[in-house]
Amino acid sequence: MCGDCGCKQSSPSASPRFKIALHQNLLERNTRQALLNQVQFDQHDLLAVNLISAPGSGKTAFLEQLARRWGRQPIGVIVGDLATDNDAQRLERAGARAVQIRTGDLCHLDADLVARAFSELDTSGLDLLMIENVGNLVCPTAFPLGEHRRLALISVTEGEDKPLKYPALFNSADAVLINKIDLAEVAGFDRNAILANLRVTAPHAQVFEMSARSGSGLEAVMDWLTGGLEN
Amino acid sequence: MHELALIEELCRIAQQEATAQGASTIHSILLRLGRLSGVDAEALSQAFAVVASGPPWTATHLVLELVATECFCSRCQQVFTPVDLIHQCSRCGALSNTVLQGRELELVSMEVS
Repeated sequence: MCGDCGCKQSSPSASPRFKIALHQNLLERNTRQALLNQVQFDQHDLLAVNLISAPGSGKTAFLEQLARRWGRQPIGVIVGDLATDNDAQRLERAGARAVQIRTGDLCHLDADLVARAFSELDTSGLDLLMIENVGNLVCPTAFPLGEHRRLALISVTEGEDKPLKYPALFNSADAVLINKIDLAEVAGFDRNAILANLRVTAPHAQVFEMSARSGSGLEAVMDWLTGGLEN
Repeated sequence: MHELALIEELCRIAQQEATAQGASTIHSILLRLGRLSGVDAEALSQAFAVVASGPPWTATHLVLELVATECFCSRCQQVFTPVDLIHQCSRCGALSNTVLQGRELELVSMEVS
C-alpha cells in the first residue's frame, strides 16, 4: 500500500517503517503535576482531601456543614463544576474560602486545573483544603490531584449496590461517607447490604454515616479529618 | 467520558515523539489497558476515531492490549487473579488490598515511517 490512498502500489518515496518504544503512562503528566500539588499543599501545612460523588448526593451540603463547624479557621475549598459558580457562592456564605473551577465539558478535575485554582486561593490560616470534584463516579477516579486523602460520598437514595457498580472509586477511597442517613427509612435503605458491599470493594476504607442536612454524624468525620492533620 | 482527555494526551505524546524521530506517518500505536484502569476500551476507540482523524493519523491503527487484574494475597503469600471486581483470593477467600497489575494505561510503542 502506498500509504496515501491504499492503492496497493508501493510508493517510490515511501520511507521505511520503524518502531519507537515509548513505555509512557498516559496519566504521567497528571501524576507529575499531582505530586507537585502535594508538595505545595505540604508547604502550606494543608491536609488536602479529594471529595468524589455522583451529582446530587450532597457534596456541597456536606462541605457547607463542615465549613460552619470546622472551628476558628475557615476551610479552603476548590470546587469543580461544568458551569456556574453557584457552589462557590454557597460555600462562601457558609464561611469557607472557595475557588470555583468551571471545567466546561470536562467530566473530572485534573491536577493542572487544581494547581491553577490553588494559586488563586488565599491559604493564610487554613489547615484543611477540600477539593470538591465534578459530580461523577467514574472519571475523577483516574486523576489524582495531589490529595492526601480520598473521600467517596454516597447517599442512601442511590442504591446499596453503588460500591459494586463503581468499584474503582470505592477501592481507591480512604473513607466513604454515607449521606442522607436521615432519609434511610423512607428510601427503604438496606444498611447491612451497603456495608457488606463496601467491605468487599473497599475493605481498608473507614465508613461514616451522616446527614449533611442536619449535621448528625459529622463529628466522627471531623475527627477523622483532624487525625489526618496530625499525620 | 475521560477517554477523550486520555486520547488527546496519547496523540500529544505520539506526535511529539514521531516528530522528534523525523517520522511523518504513524501506522500503529500499542496501548496496554488494565481492567482496573477505569477506561472503557470501546469508548477509547471511539474517542480515537474522533480526535485522530487528520494527518498524521489517517492510517493509524490503535491496538489495545487488555491486561487482566492480578492481586497478592497476604494470607496465602500467593498471587491470584480475581474472578470479578472484588479482589477476593480464590484459595482462602481473604480480601486483598494489593493490586499487582490491572491499572495499566501505558503507551507501549508505535510504528512510524
